[in-house]
This record gives sequence, structure tokens and C-alpha cells, in this order.
Amino acid sequence: MKNVQKAIERHLNILEFTLASLLRRKAKNLSLLAMYLLVVFMLASLQFFVTALKREAAIILDDAPDMVVQRLMAGRQDLVPGSYASEIALIKGVTAVRPRLWGYYYDALNGANYTIMASDDPTAVAERASIGSGIARSRNLAVGDLLPLISYDKNPIMLEIGTIFPSGSDLIAADLIMITPEDFHKLFNFPSGQATDLAVTVHNPKELPTVAAKVASQLPDSRPILKSEIMRTYQSIFDWRGGMTLVILTTSLLSFIIFAWDKATGLSAEERKEIGILKSIGWETSDVLLLKLWEGTVISLTAFLLGVVLAYWHVFFLSAPLFAQALKGWSVIYPRFQLIPVVDAYQLTILFFLTVVPYTTATVIPCWRAATIDPDAAMRY
Amino acid sequence: MIELSRITKSFNSGKPNQFTAVDNVSLVINPAQITVFKGPSGSGKTSLLTMIGCMARPTSGRIFLRGVAAAVPFQQEGAESVEITSLPERFLNEIRRSTFGFIFQQFNLVKGISSLENVMLPAYPTGEGRALFRARALNLMEQFSISRLAGQQVELLSGGELQRVAIARALINNPAIIVADEPTAHLDSKLSQEFMEIAGRLKGEGKSVLIASHDPIVFDSPLVDSLIEMRDGAVDASRGRR
Amino acid sequence: MILHPAALALLLIALLVSGLGIYAGYYGVRILARWDPVSGSEEQLELERRTYLISTIMSYILSFELMSLFLFVYTADDLHTLFTGAMCAAGTLAVNPFGYPALLIKIVNFLLAGVWLIVNYADNKGYDYPLIKIKYELLNLLVPLLALECCLLFAYFAGIKPNIITSCCGSLFSRESVSLGGNLSSLPHLPMQMAFFSGMIITALSGLYYYLRGRACYLFSISATVTFLISTTSIISFICLYFYELPTHHCPFCLLQKEYYYVGYLLYATLFSGAVAGIGAGLLMPFRKIGSLLHIIPGIQRSLTLITLVCYLIFSLITVWKIVFSALKLG
Repeated sequence: MKNVQKAIERHLNILEFTLASLLRRKAKNLSLLAMYLLVVFMLASLQFFVTALKREAAIILDDAPDMVVQRLMAGRQDLVPGSYASEIALIKGVTAVRPRLWGYYYDALNGANYTIMASDDPTAVAERASIGSGIARSRNLAVGDLLPLISYDKNPIMLEIGTIFPSGSDLIAADLIMITPEDFHKLFNFPSGQATDLAVTVHNPKELPTVAAKVASQLPDSRPILKSEIMRTYQSIFDWRGGMTLVILTTSLLSFIIFAWDKATGLSAEERKEIGILKSIGWETSDVLLLKLWEGTVISLTAFLLGVVLAYWHVFFLSAPLFAQALKGWSVIYPRFQLIPVVDAYQLTILFFLTVVPYTTATVIPCWRAATIDPDAAMRY
Repeated sequence: MIELSRITKSFNSGKPNQFTAVDNVSLVINPAQITVFKGPSGSGKTSLLTMIGCMARPTSGRIFLRGVAAAVPFQQEGAESVEITSLPERFLNEIRRSTFGFIFQQFNLVKGISSLENVMLPAYPTGEGRALFRARALNLMEQFSISRLAGQQVELLSGGELQRVAIARALINNPAIIVADEPTAHLDSKLSQEFMEIAGRLKGEGKSVLIASHDPIVFDSPLVDSLIEMRDGAVDASRGRR
Repeated sequence: MILHPAALALLLIALLVSGLGIYAGYYGVRILARWDPVSGSEEQLELERRTYLISTIMSYILSFELMSLFLFVYTADDLHTLFTGAMCAAGTLAVNPFGYPALLIKIVNFLLAGVWLIVNYADNKGYDYPLIKIKYELLNLLVPLLALECCLLFAYFAGIKPNIITSCCGSLFSRESVSLGGNLSSLPHLPMQMAFFSGMIITALSGLYYYLRGRACYLFSISATVTFLISTTSIISFICLYFYELPTHHCPFCLLQKEYYYVGYLLYATLFSGAVAGIGAGLLMPFRKIGSLLHIIPGIQRSLTLITLVCYLIFSLITVWKIVFSALKLG
């Protein structure tokens, strides 16, 4: 017990001296800290951003049907005839097949693409639309206003704004316009009896792959896609993008490590003398190593915590202006969407491994070199 | 008692620039005395002191510390003396910390921290409670009438004040042996005299004081019990009590 | 190849750890060849200084290994969504033949690094470097394993191909490319339960006997090691069933998930620490007669025994508590 207490006292005493000496060498340590902070900040922003996007994607997909069936024509997506729906509905295990009508509309006025969707709601009123808050914002619309769209045969269609989706669901519905199937046909000159794709509901989720296989064999030009597959694709695309950016950022990580190595190796004459004095008055190599360890810990923790907090602010309050362009690549209508904050221990651990561990490794040998200055060096001046 | 037996210290051994700082020195240093190593610079007196003070290990030869075994936790029971030349650094260091106090030519105080902290510095890694050694440091500073300087940074102190801070620091772990290397080199005669008075006082408290110096104020002082003259790494002549 | 940030982090750590290991090993070999404690030569002084560096590096390696072990399992768990049929880490690790060997060698390396630090601790207490030979021979054993771990990890992550939708082919079906996570071979639970509890009881009794009387340390160490192996098997065989409250889900990794309040971390941490301490106590046995360690090793061994006893006790208490209060009752 006494030994434990002694060890704790030793740590506390040395830590106290560490803090004092860090403050004494402000200029040197601040430049190191700034560099460190920047690296943590970049990596943390990236990590938070990618994770948040993955989460958003998962939220979007939450409402998506378990299986979507498309039709391919010469390798391109084509319209699905109504007969497909009835044929799929006959497959065992399928509870419902719902033809979906949706498409994109380019608004020349603000250069944005809207997603237009036909509503399933039988009570939907003709020439009345529900729109996403993104559109409401960019076109300056309120409930009751009129939104003019130009149909494919160049006739204007005036839509009255019925509802505006709350901005909480921004990422899902920011650019969405919901209209009746009749208006949809009119707007796009869409052939009747056809659908963009089919949403298939299966009673038992475990049968999804079997049903998908049957659809593909019965309708050779169809392309069934499962929600789990979309989810997986999204995940790996985001991971891949994040990883790529990370690889690009490795150069900055590398230069940081070289910088840290350099800082740790290039002890100033003053510092060298100080360690010489400490050793001459009875500090042992392991005491100086401990001093250096604490020094590294204090710098790492400060940089890590500050960097993470700054990155949090950057991603979740400012919507990651530094990465958004590179990683999102979405349409112009999104500038104001805000990500839902997600931070967990897993992400922080990854960040820790990418920043603190390389720093610690880069400094271990220089620290040891500093700690093994001869104790009698102080006597040889 | 410290006993040196055939101590040799060479640097760069095996290389063309090899040189021997201490050459085959054997001697005995008695406890509770002031022992002065006299000699020109380069005579090996500093190297000898670093080896006695467990700072460096001799290339060959043995050093025995007698009567300090109690301070060495790992020593087998019943042993009277410690042979320090073959010990690993961490054990040498433990002996050094508990047995020796050092005063240097340049005082070697750490800049940017207060003189009180400088005095406490050797006690930091011992694992002793901070409050304990802080009280001891304040007490020492009071003994040397420098209490009023406790909070001051050492850059602002005069030569005499620096010296006292350095002496107080050497005493913080209550060592039995004080090692001083050219302590008066940067002091005027009055302060050098004062240093010798303090050395005398420490001797009176039962401490052994080892001084390397070529300052007549030191080696001609009546307080000195034994004078060892060195030249070219070897002992020239050794006088006993005068 | 997969460019997941965690995978990159793990690869980076593996590279750093094996790099540090090789560096330490190089000086370890030099120390073995040229060590001469009676000499005060400059070379000997230099080598003695190196020992400080190697100790520091090894303690870093131990902590990095411990953290990356958990990160590895967690990442494997996180990646399971990328593979059809994978339910958790068990499935992800099985997507290519390098996953499980990488995990296994990570655990072995962690245990070895822990044991090395125990030997190092004892050696540092003796004033004449009594264990220097055994210490650096052990290091030479560890270094190739660290390098192997790094290679396996690279092979594993390089060989991962997520099952994603491609635009060229009509559809991608959920192929049964991965054997389900639940199918880890499991031993019958009743004999395993008996083995587990007898192992724990024997370890506890021999540990207490050694702690109080200072005898039968080997018995304690061996039973602690065997109990470690039994307990790992038991986690798969029956302990996890009580947590999942499912009679068929034998996955040792899901315990680490949030749904089970991360209890797996506590279970594995206590089990591994207990094992390291138990193995270490036995490993120090042959050296207790060395003069400079005569009064030191028994003290270390007693502390290690205490650590093992406490760790295993926590592990057993959690297990028993769950067996008693679980909704699942195994016949």
C-alpha cells in the first residue's frame, strides 16, 4: 500500500513539474499543439461527417420498401409495365406490390433538381402539392402560394402549396414535391399503365432473397434490389469515400509525425541543460522518461479534446464546409441542411489510434535519447 | 567511509582519441570530514567526484560505500558496505539520491521556476509527499536566510543568493555526503569564505563534504581535514589531518 | 481491399507495433550477444541505457495491443453489414481465412507482452540484471509474432470484398458466402459448465493456498492457465447463451455490443488480466532462488496471485449472476 502511495506521489510531483515546464516553453509547445490540433480536427471532422452521412442514409432507407423491382432495357433503367406487378404479386410470400411513380424535375430558375413523387394518398387533391422545406426556402414559398412548373409538353402547371414538410426530415424531403398521380402523368407526359419501379412487400423478411431470385428468373429483364443491399452499398461507398479522403490526409498525418519527431529530437540547448541538471541532482532515466511521457500525454490530450470539440462544431453546427463539397456531391438545394450529431466511443477510439498513437510512437525514441543524457554532463560545463 | 580501489575512467576507449581521465586511483575518504581534491583543470578531480557520487561508473576498479548500507533498500541484511561500481543505473541513482547532495560550479539551477521549487526539485521523484518536502525546503531556506526569495525566479538572484539556493537544494534529501565541484569559481572572496563557513557547519552536523577546487581560499582553509592533490588523473600526494 | 477508417487505423497500429517490436528485437539480440554486467565499458553503459528504451517500447506495445484487440473485434462487428449472412463479428472474421488467425495471434501477443512486462518488472528490481537473458529471449520470441500479426491483418483487410450492388449485372442475390456467425463449433454445455466451475474452484483454492502459505505456486499458475482456456471455450459454449437468452447463439463477440451493456469488455478484460498475472506468477518460479531476487520474487508472485484471484472472481460472479437470473434455463 505504501509503495502504491509512493508511486502516486512520484507521478503527481513529476506531473506538476511537467505542467510548469510546458508553460515555460510556450512558443515551442504552442506550435506543436497547433499542428497537432489541426490534424485531429481534420481527421475528426472527416470521421464525424462520414458517420453522420451514414446515419442519414440509414434514416432515409428506414422508410424504403424491403424490395424494389426495376426493369432494365439495354442496361438502362426503364419503365415497368403494370403486368409485372400482377405477375410478382402471384409469387408465394409476396403480400403487396405497389407501383411507384417518381422522377426528377430540373428547375431552370435556381438550377436545382427536384424529386417529384406521386402520392399514394387517395385523398390527395389535384393541383395541390406538398413540398420539402428546401424548395420552400429557395423559391421563397409559404403554404397557399402557387408553384408553377412547366410540363414536358411546355404547358405550365400551377400547384398550390398544401403542406411543407418539417425541416427535421430535411435530408429525406428537402427537394421533394408530392403530387397526385394524375398531375404526375400530366407533368411528365408519363405513359399510363406503367410505373417507375415496383415496391414489393414480403411477409417474412427471411424469404426476401428467395423471392428476389424468383422475380429475376420469371422476369429476366427485371432487377430486384433489396433494402439490405442498398444499405450495404451506401455503407461501403461512404466508408470508401471516407477512407480515400483519409488516405489523402495521410500525407498531412505523415508530415505531422515528422514534425513531432523533429520537435522531440531537436531539444534546445536550454532543455538539454535542464534535463542534465535534473539528472545530476538525482533524477533517474525513468523519472525523466516519465516527465516526457506526461508531457506527451498533456499535449496529446489537449490537442485531442480541443480538436474533437472543434470538429464537432465544424460538422454539426457549420455543416462541414471543408468537406461537404468533396464528400457529399449533392445538388445545390442542400446548403443549409444540418446533420444530426452522432459521436460514439468507437469513432473517438479510431481517431485516437490515428493521431495519438502515431504521435506517441514518433516521440518514444527522441524522449529516450533526452532522458539518457549523462548525469555528469551538468558537471562538465 | 568511502573506499576507492584502483579506479580508472577512460573515454572513447578503443578509438584513436582515447584518453584516461582517472588512472588507477586508490584512496580512502573518512566520514564527517571536509576532503578537498586539489589540482589544475583536467587533472581528473571532477571525474573522480562523479564516480564517487554515483553519477558515472568507472571503466574499471571498485568503490565501496561503508556505513550507508542502511539507506539502500535492496542490500542483503547484515552487509556493512555497498560496492557501487557494478550496480545498474537505477540502483546507483537511489543511493545517490539518498546519500549525496551536489553543488555545482555553475550552480545549475533551473531557470523559469522559483527558488523554492529549485530547492525541492531533487525530492520530486522520491515519492515523498509534496507537503513534507516543501516544509523541509522552507526550513532549509530559512536556515540560509533566503526565505524571502522563495517565490522569486532564479534569474533575478545575485551570486551569493544563487549559491545558497544551490546549497539548500543539495540538502533537501538530507544526504550524508555533500559533493561540491569548484563551488567558489564564480564567487568573490567574501562569498567564498562564507561558503567554507557553511561547509564547516555541515561538517559539524556530521556530514562528509567533498570539494574539488583549485581556489586557495578553499584548500588553505583551516576547516579542511584532508587534501588530495591530483595531476593527470592520478593522486600526486595525499596529506592527512593538518 | 477495404478502406474503412478503422481498418486503416488498425493497419497503422499493426505497422507501428511491429516496427517498434523489430527495433526492440534488434537491440535485444545485441544485448544477448554483448551483455557484460561487470564491465564499465562504454558499450555496456550504452546497452544498459537501451534497456530503458526497450522497457518503454514494450509497455507501449502492450497497451496498443490491448486497445487494438478490442478495436479489431468492434470493427469486425461494425463491418458485418457489408457481408450477406454475417450477423456480427463472427461472420465478418470468417469472410476470409485470415480473420480468425489474426484475432488469435493478437490475443497471444497481448498475453506474451503482458508476461514480458512482468519478467521485466522483476528484473528491474534485482541489482545485477538477473533475468536479462530470459527477458530478451522471450522478446525474440515475441517479435516474429508481432510481425506475423501485422501480415495477417494486412491479408485479412486486403482480402475483404463487401457484397455490394453492381450496376452491370441484373441483380445481386444474397449468396450464402459466409457461414453464419452462430455456427461456431460449440461444445456440450453441461460438461463445460462442470469443467469451468472446477477450474475456477481449483484456481481459487490453489491461489489462496499459495497466497497464505507460499507453496504450490506451479499448481496455481497451471490451473490459472488451464482455467483461462476453459473459460474462453465456456464463453462460447454456455456463458454467452445466458446473456443472449437464446439456446443457439454461441457468438463470443455479441457480448461486446450495447444490447448486453458492453459486459463483454469486463468479462474479457478480467479474464485476460487474470491469465497474464497467473502465467507470470508461474514463469517467475524458476528464478526465485537467484540471490538478488530472493526477497523480491515472492512479493511479486503474491501480488500477481491476488490479481488473478480478484479478476477470476469478478468473472465468475458475473457468470453465476447471469446463470441464476437469466431467463434462459439450460437443461
